[in-house]
Amino acid sequence: MDVKIGVLALQGDFDLHRQVLGRIGVASVEVRKPEQLDEVSGLIMPGGESTTLLKLMRAWDFVPALEKFHAAGKPIFGTCAGLILLAREVEHPSQLSLGFIDITAERNAYGRQKESFETEIEADLGQGKAEIKAIFIRAPRIRRLGPGVTRLAEFRGECVMAREGTVLVAAFHPELTDDASAHQYFAGMVRSATT
Amino acid sequence: MEVGTLRLKVGLAEMLKGGVIMDVTNAEQAKIAEDAGAVAVMALERVPSDIRRDGGVARMSPVKKIREIQAAVSIPVMAKCRIGHFVEAQILEALGVDYIDESEVLTPADEHFHVDKFAFKVPFVCGCRDLGEALRRIGEGAALIRTKGEAGSGNIVEAVRHMRAVVSGIKRLTTLGQEELMTEAKNLGAPYELVRWISQHGMLPVPNFSAGGIATPADAALMMQLGAQAVFVGSGIFKSADPAVRARAIVQATTHFKDPDMLAKVSEDLGEAMAGIETSKLKESELLQTRGW
Repeated sequence: MDVKIGVLALQGDFDLHRQVLGRIGVASVEVRKPEQLDEVSGLIMPGGESTTLLKLMRAWDFVPALEKFHAAGKPIFGTCAGLILLAREVEHPSQLSLGFIDITAERNAYGRQKESFETEIEADLGQGKAEIKAIFIRAPRIRRLGPGVTRLAEFRGECVMAREGTVLVAAFHPELTDDASAHQYFAGMVRSATT
Repeated sequence: MEVGTLRLKVGLAEMLKGGVIMDVTNAEQAKIAEDAGAVAVMALERVPSDIRRDGGVARMSPVKKIREIQAAVSIPVMAKCRIGHFVEAQILEALGVDYIDESEVLTPADEHFHVDKFAFKVPFVCGCRDLGEALRRIGEGAALIRTKGEAGSGNIVEAVRHMRAVVSGIKRLTTLGQEELMTEAKNLGAPYELVRWISQHGMLPVPNFSAGGIATPADAALMMQLGAQAVFVGSGIFKSADPAVRARAIVQATTHFKDPDMLAKVSEDLGEAMAGIETSKLKESELLQTRGW
């Protein structure tokens, strides 16, 4: 049986992530309560507002449940706001985060919505280097990478997608394009963690 | 590298889904909204219930107030411009506002034309009462639609009417044959290409939120169950007895809109809601929803 991936559905574009997973034939389910994490073998934390997501997570005790999920070696993929929530440190302004990946994230680092942009980035997702389309919306920047963190994609020499162990993050929105390679890569992580 | 594309404009609306956008008139209210978990704040000069009470011309929020609000919060800041007032919109874009609401809550500046929203890098949200109005605004470049409801009324009935009209309008299009679509576009007063797209996809090409009359967590959840993808709350928060508590409860209810146990939990002990008004007693000239076309 193939894996089932949960998509944190407290707020944000969780439905688009589920649509991409559907297109690549991976089963998914919305996660709105901590106990629903028990039913899935990987989790996507979508784009949305990180301050809102943080408040909703704390109001319903998601943090200890996510810590347990992570400690059990189950993969987590955070995009945009999800990256901010997973980072070790957050700046501009500083806020609490889960600290599952050793990076420093700067919020809204490219500016306001009129500075949001789409572009091509160079990614290496296990199939050799390839240009992929990337959408940055009020996006965070990875200002520091710890020694254990692997760079998976770059834009203008800066890391915009990274992995440490079972944690994957992207500053852009792979769920807003037709390119499913980031989701394919994450599904691969979940499959190898399950077997 | 491209900026201001429709995909980026709609993309930001996608990120706001499942959230609450709160009307604020100053930095202090904006901070309360952010602390309560708002996904964005909407800057305006006066909240709708005050506009209704005090009358006069309602305009874009003062520039200084918008800057103070932007400095106070890290979440997106939206602001309203008058219908057809493309210079207010230009100023809002120059200020770096994240979304512009071309809003019927303010006094319209043009009785014939709405703003050409394709001319801006910043995305626009516009109100509608039915599918035809939604498609006219999308045809002009709106990247997000909100049903109008009746702003400042604290009464959900108009919001429900408008959401039902849009949702049933969409359903109806999916049942029509190809040969019926041009006549339908004519009847709706809507662009043919959009009518055709909806008949094939069964949804709007941009997200659809709800506004106008939400005063309780139950109101927010009702609109979500009827098909809204997020909610705007205006007077309902800052005209209630305890804005911070009510704001937090509405945020929780919008996330857990399908879960009655959660809704019961978050609806407890919120203090007084804003006093509502019976919208059927309002004169035609007192309605905000009939502004715009």
